[in-house]
Amino acid sequence: MSNRPFAITLKPGTSLSNLTGTWRNERPVYVDRLPPCNNACPAGENIQGWLFHAESGDYQQAWRVLVENNPLPAVMGRVCYHPCETACNRGLLDESVGINSVERFLGDEAIKRGWKFDRPALVSGKRVLVVGAGPSGLSAAYHLARMGHQVEIQEAGPFAGGMMRFGIPKYRLPREVLDAEVQRILDMGVVLKLNTKVENIEQSMQGFDAAFLAVGAHIAKRAYIPAGDAAHIVDAVSVLRSMEGEDKPMLGRRVVVYGGGNTAIDVARTAKRLGAQEAIIVYRRSREKMPAHDFEVEEALQEGVLIKWLSTIKHADEGSLTVEKMLLDEKGVPQATGEFETMEADSLVLALGQDVDLSLLNGVSGLEIKDGTVQVAVNMMTGHAGIFAGGDMVPSERTVTVAVGHGKKAARHIDAWLKGTAHQPEAKHEIASFDKLNPWYYSDADKTVRPMLDTIRRQTTFDEVQGGLDENTALFEARRCLSCGNCFECDNCYGVCPDNAVIKLGPGKGFEFNYDYCKGCGICMTECPCGAIKMVPEET
Amino acid sequence: MGFQPVKFYQTGTFTVGNRLLTPDERSLQSDKGRSNSINSGHRACQGCGEALGARYAIDAAVAGSHGQLIAANATGCLEVFSTPYPESSWQLPWIHSLFGNAAAVATGIAAAMKVKGKTSVRVVAQGGDGGTTDIGFGCLSGMFERNDDVLYICYDNQGYMNTGVQRSSATPPAARTATTMTVGKEPGNVFGQGKNVPEIAMAHGIPYVATATVADLRDLEYKVRKAMTVHGARYIHIFVPCPLGWGTASNDTIRMARLAKESGTFPVFEAEYGEVTGVLKIRHQIPVEDYLRPQKRFAHLFGEHPHPETIARLQLLADRNIRKYGLLNGHAAAADEANEHLRELRISEGGN
Ligand SMILES: Cc1cc2nc3c(=O)[nH]c(=O)nc-3n(C[C@H](O)[C@H](O)[C@H](O)COP(=O)(O)OP(=O)(O)OC[C@H]3O[C@@H](n4cnc5c(N)ncnc54)[C@H](O)[C@@H]3O)c2cc1C
Ligand SMILES: Cc1ncc(C[n+]2csc(CCOP(=O)(O)OP(=O)(O)O)c2C)c(N)n1
Ligand code: SF4
Ligand code: SF4
Ligand code: SF4
Ligand SMILES: [Mg+2]
Repeated sequence: MSNRPFAITLKPGTSLSNLTGTWRNERPVYVDRLPPCNNACPAGENIQGWLFHAESGDYQQAWRVLVENNPLPAVMGRVCYHPCETACNRGLLDESVGINSVERFLGDEAIKRGWKFDRPALVSGKRVLVVGAGPSGLSAAYHLARMGHQVEIQEAGPFAGGMMRFGIPKYRLPREVLDAEVQRILDMGVVLKLNTKVENIEQSMQGFDAAFLAVGAHIAKRAYIPAGDAAHIVDAVSVLRSMEGEDKPMLGRRVVVYGGGNTAIDVARTAKRLGAQEAIIVYRRSREKMPAHDFEVEEALQEGVLIKWLSTIKHADEGSLTVEKMLLDEKGVPQATGEFETMEADSLVLALGQDVDLSLLNGVSGLEIKDGTVQVAVNMMTGHAGIFAGGDMVPSERTVTVAVGHGKKAARHIDAWLKGTAHQPEAKHEIASFDKLNPWYYSDADKTVRPMLDTIRRQTTFDEVQGGLDENTALFEARRCLSCGNCFECDNCYGVCPDNAVIKLGPGKGFEFNYDYCKGCGICMTECPCGAIKMVPEET
Repeated sequence: MGFQPVKFYQTGTFTVGNRLLTPDERSLQSDKGRSNSINSGHRACQGCGEALGARYAIDAAVAGSHGQLIAANATGCLEVFSTPYPESSWQLPWIHSLFGNAAAVATGIAAAMKVKGKTSVRVVAQGGDGGTTDIGFGCLSGMFERNDDVLYICYDNQGYMNTGVQRSSATPPAARTATTMTVGKEPGNVFGQGKNVPEIAMAHGIPYVATATVADLRDLEYKVRKAMTVHGARYIHIFVPCPLGWGTASNDTIRMARLAKESGTFPVFEAEYGEVTGVLKIRHQIPVEDYLRPQKRFAHLFGEHPHPETIARLQLLADRNIRKYGLLNGHAAAADEANEHLRELRISEGGN
């Protein structure tokens, strides 16, 4: 018997013996939600994933995560129309994250530092023919090579790049950048045969186990315009293509471009740089209806390109054009007004879109051609077993990014097909929409604006118009990312739990719930800035 | 504010931790080895702001006293949910006596330590708003007046929650409690004169007085640690939402504290020797209505027979706080900081 007073003869027990987890009717769980940027990227980039490494200044790791999906970041960072930024949640807070500018920074950094792709670890023994060295073909070749397949690209032209070289002008995509990213793919062991036009795919495919076609759309569409013998009419893609050759196109002092897409803008800006005093775009609808992107229209106007809205060209003669004014009806369709005027023009450039040259497919069985494009199944295979296709030649939006995405997707299916299996893409996670976030926690920070070349140099040279970020501004921009739907180790859940029911596992390892004590209050879920915690009903 | 906010690292110092900061720039609560002064298994309600606030504060006080801390606790939720005999959640020497005498008990402990020559041992007293602003008020004022070497922490959940949500002198006007029913012409608690204990503490001229909320961890930790560097009487008043007594969702506890601060309803400041030396600015100002609406204790102000004039009166009280403490311009300041950070980065790059 102790002679201590009764009340302190018993040692105080610990409250740890009281398992408050039994109170719970909902439990928190950690989830990875799909960031809207990733969801919007046509090349399927894991944007939040690579920004995560850029945020800590580990640019090489960021680049490595990026190129798992897209081998052309320096190109993308210049020409992609960045639907990711349109979807970015930060846009609802202040302005979207400058994903595209950080991507370009990483791409340029990789070129500067000479980062290389790893050589494939395994060799499958299979051979795949890729037709066309545009973005889609290059992307497919890269992914197939990573999977261990032997890849040969046959390209009709004298250089690789497709429309990235023969369409997009230098002032938007310097050729050294393109060359460096193409070379890096070839360094993996991909064989590139230039000046090798495939005339008949079944013949060229002999000795290969599968083929990926990505011949693009290069035949300029024509509109019937009555013209005098001496009228100087050319098409936009030929003009842009000849910019890559020795003899620059002769367009004269007054150049009229007919069309309203990005190609029309590019060709007008090119004409301006070639010395045209006036470059005028004639388009039959209004600015709002113009398919060209607004920022491109804006940049063209800044450089002195003129645009004549609501006009169609009725007749072309030597030195002049007859133009009819149009009016939009209530459906937004342009209607003729019967009012005509004459414009001076040394040349008329038609930028009315392109068709696909399908001649290499003549005689191939099982194909389905619709509206001039080759139909493919969800696995990117045409109706002919073993022949896959992607990019501009299949029905889709025609952009470099979509083309790259097709290349990746096709590569995965070709790989499975060669193994006799089918590629099952992982189910998409729930989207980390803005309402899943707690934006309170993010610092206030405005978007970093990329520097632009001064207008005089933009009007007279082919120097790159848009500058890049430097290391510090890129770091700042990366750190504007909200990490939507994916834990970025802010320790909030660990800190805010009134019941100490979150276990911190340490850097890079994340967290675990201790369900012995978690009462299911949901504070951790509400205070997680990025929506990486979800409450689920407890089974009763 | 007194603590150094990190200018721009994604979430800056808003979050508990931040992988982009060095460990010593993060909060104590982000530390894997934090002391967890109040352990798991306590019987506080789901989402209890008081349990959270107590861990935040006492962990910081333990760190500030190098582990040499004794706590005296008034009766109230905090005491009842943490120590049902024979269990205890406390990971430090902890003494309970009565509802109204925590300040006096702490004074006694401090005196005993002094007599024993244990100068490194520090003393904290803690209690609810009832135990502090009502029944313990005399003992507290005496402790201030004598400048006893005690840090007193009040966890303000705006009512006598432990005994079933009765009114205290910290209950806000118009709020419904078990003793201020929503009947009559002016339902809920009366618009009295109020009883601002932080200001009363300041009037005693003690070395340090501060207010804090569970929504601003870095600020709270800074204040407790600062208080531990000072000797004499110190007072910290922490705003701790109570899901049960306020009729709020258990997951909204921190959000409610944030809304109270962002609406100006609860001013967050610090004062030395009776003078205000710093305020935590409002970052994104919201109308008081946004703070009231999610709380069932104010439900009678909305709904079928709303009381817009009562809401307007509560807004006036918040506006007075904003004026008096100069709570605005937080957003502009934060944006400036981000820009300044960018400028500094550029300068460090080489002046371009
Ligand atoms: C002026 C212009 C500007 C543009 N700007 C942008 C932009 O800024 N951003 C953007 O995202 N998109 C832009 N685009 C669209 C983008 O360039 C295309 O969508 C993209 O290049 C399509 O990629 P692809 O691989 O399918 O085809 P392509 O890039 O057209 O490449 C096809 C390749 O196949 C080769 N080829 C064709 N037939 C054969 C054959 N029979 N045998 C062997 N090789 C063959 C061609 O020589 C070519 O190299 C622009 C397009 C144009 C015309
Ligand atoms: C002298 C005395 N009167 C009444 C009580 C009953 N009692 C215990 S706790 C409490 C209310 C506590 O309110 P508060 O201090 O605000 O703490 P909370 O429970 O709200 O955290 C009351 C009235 C008591 N213990 N002693
Ligand atoms: S904030 Fe980051 S993760 Fe979220 S959408 Fe924007 S870039 Fe993606
Ligand atoms: S905050 Fe804690 S108790 Fe509440 S749900 Fe999260 S882990 Fe459970
Ligand atoms: S609160 Fe922070 S640490 Fe916890 S899951 Fe969310 S992002 Fe990760
Ligand atoms: Mg209380």
